[in-house]
Amino acid sequence: MRRARLYFTVAGSSFRRYATYRVATAAGVFTNTVFGFIVAYTYTALWTSRPQLGGYDQAQALTFVWTGQALLAAVALIGGGAQDEIQERIRTGDVAVDLYRPVDLQLWWLAADCGRAAFHLLGRGVVPMAVGAFAFELALPSSPLTWLAFLLSTWLAVVVSFAFRYLLALSAFWLLDGSGLSTLGTLLSTFFSGMLLPLNVFPGAFGEVVRQLPWAAMLQVPADVLLEERSGAAGLAGAFGFQACWALVLLAAGRALQSAATTKVVVQGG
Amino acid sequence: MAEAERAAAPGVRDARAVRAVREAVVRARWGVRAYGFIAAMWVRSTMAYRTSFVLMVVGNLVTTLLDFLAIVIMFTHIDELGGFTLPEVAFLYATSSAAFGLADLLLGSFDRIGSRVRDGTVDTLLVRPVPVLAQVAADRFALRRVGRLLQAVLLLGWSVTALDLDWTPGRLLLVPVMVVSGAAIFGAVYVLGGAFQFWAQDAAEVQNSFTYGGTTMLQYPPTVFARELLRGVTFVVPLAFVNWLPALHVLGHDDPLRLPGWVDFASPAVAALCCVVAGLVWRAGLRGYQSTGS
Repeated sequence: MRRARLYFTVAGSSFRRYATYRVATAAGVFTNTVFGFIVAYTYTALWTSRPQLGGYDQAQALTFVWTGQALLAAVALIGGGAQDEIQERIRTGDVAVDLYRPVDLQLWWLAADCGRAAFHLLGRGVVPMAVGAFAFELALPSSPLTWLAFLLSTWLAVVVSFAFRYLLALSAFWLLDGSGLSTLGTLLSTFFSGMLLPLNVFPGAFGEVVRQLPWAAMLQVPADVLLEERSGAAGLAGAFGFQACWALVLLAAGRALQSAATTKVVVQGG
Repeated sequence: MAEAERAAAPGVRDARAVRAVREAVVRARWGVRAYGFIAAMWVRSTMAYRTSFVLMVVGNLVTTLLDFLAIVIMFTHIDELGGFTLPEVAFLYATSSAAFGLADLLLGSFDRIGSRVRDGTVDTLLVRPVPVLAQVAADRFALRRVGRLLQAVLLLGWSVTALDLDWTPGRLLLVPVMVVSGAAIFGAVYVLGGAFQFWAQDAAEVQNSFTYGGTTMLQYPPTVFARELLRGVTFVVPLAFVNWLPALHVLGHDDPLRLPGWVDFASPAVAALCCVVAGLVWRAGLRGYQSTGS
């Protein structure tokens, strides 16, 4: 019980910390909105010549665009958040202090990243989505239950994304400079999450495979929940189950890597 | 006596002007050399983490390849996007990427000036005997960014062979002109964004909408976008001159804004104008810099 309260406090202070970067938040909102417009126009052209492409109508495709922009920062699809901080702490040796603390390293950072994501969802998600809904005809759901399911799915997306970024961050124990792997991580999560193009537009067997990878849990699944492409008890259970499975697998991998790192690796310092 | 003095005055003024120009040229050459020194230092420092560097170059190359793959996947469902075929879109993509990649390689770390203003380390730059602009431009020079440029060149080669065009010398010449002036326009955007940081400090991301956002937009045919947006990137932030207008001429497509034909060749002039404006704003920003901390 005390443990749970501790992690909530960590999440809360992380939320407040990100909330202090007001100008950066406004700048991010601006950028997300500009990108939203650019992508929305290209999708409009695409769906005008091929209506019903990937099972979406044009309004759904445009909703997908703005959902992507709204979740980009929260789900950290282009990296960042806990990942950069852990890497920097490993590089400087500060991670030794983290390891002293009588709490679990992975859960500590997960809590911090959830706090960050909550702020980014509110601070950087709501406005681009509202602008998108104002400028284009979107297919937003009317049922509050769908919105609730979308929130839950987004939270699971954050956990999967964190678990993946935690793996990348720990690589810094061996590589020291983690920016190479961060670049690779960004490329994987932008392409395979559906950020560049919805995954249901990917052709054939390639599409089948891509839709089963963990990155699908980061954007495609929450977007499909919002678009009510996955609805009803069975559909939602399938979506949440898929996300939860990947979250557990990746968190377990992170844990294994963490114990390998803490037993074998010498901490940087001086 | 007085008359003789008056007669000599213009000559003196000319000599002064000549000296000023000469000093400016010497200073600019020194700036470029210093940029080379600092960049070389960062390259050496990057090479200390060789595995990471190789991963990053590969990562950069693959990122941009996957970015184009998304467009290829679009074209598995359609034959034309906004009236443009795949080789034509590839041409737009490659010219936009090459121009941006060049600017990004040379000036990509410019957005770090915001954090330098915040923590007061601009002071260090001011006391060194090197133009601040050169120092900021070379700061954290990242050779890995060559990946994007590489992909753009490969793709440009493919699109040029795949396009069914009569490659007259004029058309062929427009391609390097486009890339160089495009890079200068993007470079001016970087410098303007950097100057803006002297006032905004924390808003480095706004710049991304014009740099990354700009290059993304220019990769697609202009016919896809709304008129208002096209006017904005032609007359306000002249990104249309990076590749759209000259590329429309090369590809033989009509300009959706129906501008006069000579604008297709105006990119170098627009790029020069952008650089002058960026230089002046940068100066104003640097003059307004107030140090921070105790």
